[in-house]
Amino acid sequence: MTIDMAHFSPWSGLAGGALIGLAAVLMMGLQGRVAGVSGIVGGILRPARGDVGWRLGFVLGLIVGVAIDCAAAGVCWFASDLPIEIAASPALLVVAGLLVGFGTRLGRGCTSGHGVCGLARLSRRSMAATAVFMASGFLTVFVMRHVMGGL
Amino acid sequence: MRHVAAALLAGVLFGLGLAVSGMVNPAKVLGFLDLAGAWDPTLAFVMAGALVTTMIGYRLVLRRPGPVLGGSFPAPATSAIDRPLILGALIFGVGWGLVGFCPGPAIASLAYLDPGSFLFVAAMVVGMWFQGRIDRKAG
Repeated sequence: MTIDMAHFSPWSGLAGGALIGLAAVLMMGLQGRVAGVSGIVGGILRPARGDVGWRLGFVLGLIVGVAIDCAAAGVCWFASDLPIEIAASPALLVVAGLLVGFGTRLGRGCTSGHGVCGLARLSRRSMAATAVFMASGFLTVFVMRHVMGGL
Repeated sequence: MRHVAAALLAGVLFGLGLAVSGMVNPAKVLGFLDLAGAWDPTLAFVMAGALVTTMIGYRLVLRRPGPVLGGSFPAPATSAIDRPLILGALIFGVGWGLVGFCPGPAIASLAYLDPGSFLFVAAMVVGMWFQGRIDRKAG
């Protein structure tokens, strides 16, 4: 195994992780809610009275948070090199999006709900789900990059 | 209204965390998932930072009788590991590995106005809606 030292960024990783954790703690402490993105979005699709506003607020916040970082870094929208690279083709984006949406709702959680909030509560369900989606993610990338040679 | 403001604030912190850590970039996430290539371990540090903060924070706030804005804390999670949980996680992992987006970063990345983000999020919402439809038919 070789470490990609050009991209490895442990300190900003830890700092960003702490911010995500802080968001999860705020959601629990203020509202008693799990900061699971797939569950929050899923609830918008099945709207219950008085249960939509905070969900939309959280989703909007995610976008605003990135926009603030973008603005702080200089106006990155007009930069030729955006800080994201989406290498996948449109068809692959659609297939992957469908799988992520369907799978996270079926499994009742994603990286945030199971991987952060659930693990922090030592939930056995979340441990199992996190182990499975990590393994499945590793395997998928292995097949895509080293078996099929694509991407 | 206070619930909306609180969720907005939490969302902003979450989005900032995704941007600062680089997790909003699917290429960086794929760098973590590619164990056999040049491996970027950053995602593990993000998880560690988030987990330690959440474990300590949950312990502190769950001492209170209830959430600050009212209501009650969720009941402890059930421990039943069932088929939908495993199958769902498996399917999610495949989609995650194909592109490098999971729900939080995908939505947060809309801030960059990249058409790819919009396409992915639209498909993701359809996938969520479809699963909900099956659920309601079965339930």
